[in-house]
Amino acid sequence: MITLHVNGTTRTVDDDPQTPLLYVLRNTLELNGAKFGCGLGQCGACMVLVDGEAVTSCVIPIAALEGKKITTLEGLGSGDTLSVLQRAFIEEQAAQCGYCTAGMIVRAHALLSRAPAPSNAQIREHMETNLCRCGVHLRILRAVRRASNELQKGGRQEGQP
Amino acid sequence: MSASGTTISRRELLAAGSGLVVSFSLLPALRLRAAESGGLPGSLDRAPMLDAWIRIDEHGKVTVFTGKVELGQGMKTALRQIAAEELFVTPESIELITADTERTANEGYTSGSHTIMDSGTAILNAAAQVRAILLSAAAQKWSIPQARLRADNGFIVSDDGKRIGYGELVAQRLHVAASERSRLTPPDSYRYIGKSLPRVDIPAKVSGGAAYVHDLRLPGMLHARVVRPPSYSARLRTVDSSKVERMPGVVKVVRDGSFLAVVAEREYQAITAMHALAEAAQWDVPEALPAPNDLFSYLLRQPAQTSTIFERGTPATDSEGAFQATFRRHYQMHASTGPSCAVAQLKDGVMTVWTHSQGVFPLRGAIAQMLGIDEKRVHCIHLEGAGCYGHNGSDDAAADAALIAAALPGRPVRVQWMREQEHAWEPYGSAMVTKVRAAVKDGRVSSWQYEVWSSTHSTRPSNNAGNLLAAQYLAKPHEQPPPRPIPLPNGGGDRNAIPLYTFENAKVIHHFIPAMPLRVSALRSLGAYMNVFTIESAMEELAAQAGVDPVEFRLRHLDDPRARAVVEMAAEKFGWSRRTTAPGRGCGFAYARYKNQSTYAAVAVEASVDRSSGRIQLLRAVAAVDCGQTVNPDGVRNQIEGGFIQAASWTLFEAVKFDRSGITSRDWSSYPILRFSAAPQSVEVHIIDRPGMPFLGAGEGVQGPAGAAIGNAVAAAAGMRIRELPLQPALSVAFTASKRISESFAPCRSPRRTDCPSNRPRVHGRG
Repeated sequence: MITLHVNGTTRTVDDDPQTPLLYVLRNTLELNGAKFGCGLGQCGACMVLVDGEAVTSCVIPIAALEGKKITTLEGLGSGDTLSVLQRAFIEEQAAQCGYCTAGMIVRAHALLSRAPAPSNAQIREHMETNLCRCGVHLRILRAVRRASNELQKGGRQEGQP
Repeated sequence: MSASGTTISRRELLAAGSGLVVSFSLLPALRLRAAESGGLPGSLDRAPMLDAWIRIDEHGKVTVFTGKVELGQGMKTALRQIAAEELFVTPESIELITADTERTANEGYTSGSHTIMDSGTAILNAAAQVRAILLSAAAQKWSIPQARLRADNGFIVSDDGKRIGYGELVAQRLHVAASERSRLTPPDSYRYIGKSLPRVDIPAKVSGGAAYVHDLRLPGMLHARVVRPPSYSARLRTVDSSKVERMPGVVKVVRDGSFLAVVAEREYQAITAMHALAEAAQWDVPEALPAPNDLFSYLLRQPAQTSTIFERGTPATDSEGAFQATFRRHYQMHASTGPSCAVAQLKDGVMTVWTHSQGVFPLRGAIAQMLGIDEKRVHCIHLEGAGCYGHNGSDDAAADAALIAAALPGRPVRVQWMREQEHAWEPYGSAMVTKVRAAVKDGRVSSWQYEVWSSTHSTRPSNNAGNLLAAQYLAKPHEQPPPRPIPLPNGGGDRNAIPLYTFENAKVIHHFIPAMPLRVSALRSLGAYMNVFTIESAMEELAAQAGVDPVEFRLRHLDDPRARAVVEMAAEKFGWSRRTTAPGRGCGFAYARYKNQSTYAAVAVEASVDRSSGRIQLLRAVAAVDCGQTVNPDGVRNQIEGGFIQAASWTLFEAVKFDRSGITSRDWSSYPILRFSAAPQSVEVHIIDRPGMPFLGAGEGVQGPAGAAIGNAVAAAAGMRIRELPLQPALSVAFTASKRISESFAPCRSPRRTDCPSNRPRVHGRG
């Protein structure tokens, strides 16, 4: 049995300790946010935050995650209480198929938590790890920019509603 | 008085069979949108009963049905806008049901940018006809003239204050055949069509809501993985699965001929078992693919069905000084970010398949044939997948799931492909070769000869099991049907091969190659991407030969005012006439009308090329599009921006790698696509809206012009033209080569010159 701290709650799971986090999140904990994209850590569709860092959950076994704080897209906001970044993605209509969106938001969250006012070039460079196939790149960059601007305006941190 | 300010002079209700037939006799002054072909408008022609499209329950709840599917193109939003417009309800009050073989009309595939054209047109007209029925029912009920009635947000209201809900008037009474003509709301009073309503599917996608077939979790669901052969022609010699069967969680190993899969209680157990099973399997692996560095000559050596698809005037025979060039395009992938997935369950003799197929009806027939059961016993339901951009692995994953579920009656089985399976087994966009021979005289193209060589661009399910990957590997294999060319005007390899320019002497030849050494099918825009790339590259080179500005040169050969409008708008918004030149920077232009009958698009691009490495950087792009009546402008912009960036990725980076025995592009490092750093600073989209004109469909319109404008910008920036897609590997080689011999052999500075070795780099088998 492995105990995981996910989105502020403690969950004990009986998956094999070598199971990558992604499958436990999606199947055992029934969280849809993180997606299987490559299983190789190459595309970012499965990104979640582990102690605030954006990591590819498809390659990290749960055995390595006990005692760490895991945050998925759902942990950033859901339903009527979306985060500034999530709202910015809606406002910029920054999705087509949306399969990469969760990873994009998680990845951007890690940046804005660390550096609330990044330059456009910094945003672009930071997002380089994540693949989008629909070609929504410029909308995604605009959404991150918008979220950053709104956070600065409101004197808030990303992750606070 | 109706909302459109017009009245119906006479209405006849004729009882016919189980339903009602409504026919309208209309005032000649009414604005009508009759079907162009003379039949019923859009897909009403395939499913003429109004309740196939629209149902209203006794509480007035409106449900709209479409046989098309959401691919991330925003159709769930746009179709609601269309229905709401003519029904006089709000878009958010409408429930929309997408393709389901038990519930919706059979609209074939969601492809060819046809969703709004086919389904949108059907729903627009059906909604207008339903509204007419509502008005007439209220008029009858209250015995007052229809002119005194109007539809208002779910109610019919009279000028003296009477009010009745849609549900009370027509609940369950819409089983009525559609009429050829509808009284449509005039565009100047539209409330929803033409507005950028936010997409209905995005909130779930940004917050982890269930949005995809991948998210479907049914009670008792098992997870399966397929062990695919090491190559197309490999066959399973033997496999000892006993160890795998004893692995934790493993429920079953399924083998039928060379189809091999494993089912487990949990997903990662299935993946672990899949790896073990792959280790245990022994395959015969013949070397059956062409040598990668011989690909294009291999294709040209294959038997081809040659047809002249266009002839006008008398094109010149080869003559001195004529322009002649051959272009090549490597195989390219759909490369969805989410590997294909499906869930299937055999229960009470019915196989239910949840799939992100683009065509649940033709898939149903194919699966039924594969399983040897009646198609009434197969139920295919569409749920969203990752963006597909054509026929990718979706149908094959559905077939996998059905085969495995058939071996485990009662249990739902979820299958998802691994990344390497998606890369190696999806059907690619065909490699192509094109050849142009042309001449200019007095500033115009005096002669144009064009040839295109291509394998098929569709091996979609088409009710035939032989088109499903798994079925080809069964002990009793289903043979893939011989490919056939897609007839023009749509076309496959010859889509957009016929130039729309007013060339006086022109001839176009299509060489359809039945052979397909690599698995191929429909990739966004099919042959149009390569044909437009070729035509528009040649136009830029011919303009240079003629000494005429490339935009002016195109306009000289365009007489369609809508074509001219997008060309002029793109040029103006880009600042084409004011563009400056600097070393290593260049601008390019391109135009096409998709399928020669759909969306008009013109694109201008600025790019830079690093003179030491040959590295291309896109700087900015401007597109002008006319897709007829625009339903959702931001949706169109999103499609055009995304289409541009995807075409940029194809054009700069993408080629499927393989060796004699199989595909070697098996992940994102061996098949790199565009990442953020390679995206331009901006892609500006200008829409020329055509209120009241037919919908043309925006999804694929920019692929060809985007690729060609990028090619032209890169040629201008590099001072040399690469005629092989993708451009970046070839250009890098060319610059490296030209650097090596820089003292003795300067690279060509003129894009016109084709005699310089650095203008003809050939890079095979690399991406």
